[in-house]
Amino acid sequence: MTQPYPVKDLATTLAEQFPGAAEAAGDNCLLVRAASLLKVMAYLKGTAELDFAYLNYITAVDYYSYFEVVYQLTSLTHNHTIVVKTRCPGRNNLSVPSVTGMWQGADYQEREIYDLMGIGFKGHPNLKRLFLWDGFPGHPLRKDFQP
Amino acid sequence: MTTTEMMTFKTEPFVLNFGPVHPSTHGVYRMRATLDGEVILDIEPVMGYLHRGIEKLAEERTYSGFIPLTDRLDYISPMSNNLAYCLAVEKLAGIKIPERGDYLRVIMAELQRLANHCVAVGSFLNDCGAYYTPFMHAFREREKIVDLFDMVCGQRLTYNYMRIGGVSQDVPDEFLPALKKLIGQFDRFIDEYERFLKQNEILLARTKGVGVLSKETAINCGISGPVARASGVSFDLRKVDPYSVYDRFQFDIPVGEAGDSYDRYRIRIEEMRQSLLIIAQAVKGIPGGPVRADVPHIVRPPKGEAYGHLEAPKGELGFYVVSDDSIAPYRCHIRPTSLINLTALREMVKGWKVADLIAIFGSIDITMGEVDR
Repeated sequence: MTQPYPVKDLATTLAEQFPGAAEAAGDNCLLVRAASLLKVMAYLKGTAELDFAYLNYITAVDYYSYFEVVYQLTSLTHNHTIVVKTRCPGRNNLSVPSVTGMWQGADYQEREIYDLMGIGFKGHPNLKRLFLWDGFPGHPLRKDFQP
Repeated sequence: MTTTEMMTFKTEPFVLNFGPVHPSTHGVYRMRATLDGEVILDIEPVMGYLHRGIEKLAEERTYSGFIPLTDRLDYISPMSNNLAYCLAVEKLAGIKIPERGDYLRVIMAELQRLANHCVAVGSFLNDCGAYYTPFMHAFREREKIVDLFDMVCGQRLTYNYMRIGGVSQDVPDEFLPALKKLIGQFDRFIDEYERFLKQNEILLARTKGVGVLSKETAINCGISGPVARASGVSFDLRKVDPYSVYDRFQFDIPVGEAGDSYDRYRIRIEEMRQSLLIIAQAVKGIPGGPVRADVPHIVRPPKGEAYGHLEAPKGELGFYVVSDDSIAPYRCHIRPTSLINLTALREMVKGWKVADLIAIFGSIDITMGEVDR
């Protein structure tokens, strides 16, 4: 069975390495500040005993006062998994750092979120709408979208 | 014109448009290929021609009301989609499935894998230039599986058979004998198929060493399923994260080495044999009893979120469902296997010829319903 990675100790280690960057949110979820996302992700991917090499998916959820971008990572060698979340408050000019530099698989998924949720990914090499055409009004997966 | 003048002729790359309506793009995939003569320099995918906003539609339906829409994602293997969604909701709501329901789910999921690989292999060989003979042979076998599904749920394409808490109804009495008969026949069909194609010189020339995907790239791109396994990534959710009752069955995970189109084809053939083994064991061990837990029609999972995933015929298919304690999902994200498996296509086709582009694309096995959603 793929085991959920216990985040409690991990959060303590991260707090020493990158103060204020991440905190535990639930048993298997790490809540990361957007500004520190790339540092934390690089740590999760690069540390041998974590080895989160496989990015399951990226998605985003609209909670009205903020958007939550959700990443799930799995280690194929240790067979454990973790959920990483980052939040961006407000509804306009939203931006989180792109993880395409670390996982190519993020390419289309980030474009999809940009297209349907309207969250920008800083550093994405080709941030264009994926499904809808340029000039489409609004972002349909937002809760306040009016067709 | 002198020879020197001819030598100084300039060539320049040009753009060739494939699709969206093109027999080899498996639906409405479109790519703009930049070519130097017949050699591919780059491709740019254009998607969205089949975008129906299924994730948004989920937010306006009850939890069980969304199941018919999952059929329309990867319409080559709807049973797997049904199951993946139900697994996610059951995880969220903490529902336990009766044993017979789990066994039926495994039987259906594996039959679906056989049917999917028939289409995948058949249309791949079509793309390689073996026009319609292997395709029709594979479709003839798929037809038998579709007949079984028809017997179970009265549908041939959009099954809507799984329910939250089990399956919609028990199988009719004639189902299991018919299934046993099919298992025997199917083995013979694979042998026959293999005899014609395994060492076929044209197929080898068209696929050996073509469109190589390295192990590192496969993992980095999040590629899963037969495509990843052909590149040597031994990752199959039935083994690494067993769901339903998969931990009770003996089977192997075929893994390739070269990561070329030929290996992707071979892995699918081997997987069909393994699926037959699983089905045979499931038929032998299927218990009696109810097929569905006592779950109300309107499910109201507690506040929270869950990610349920399974090994669909094309790779990891998952549903990320968020509940706000109402009767409809607050958010339902679908992890699209086909879309993510396409990530590496650009790298795989660079430097190959136009005809190889079609063959490499065919070897990935995608469904546009799942790419565009």
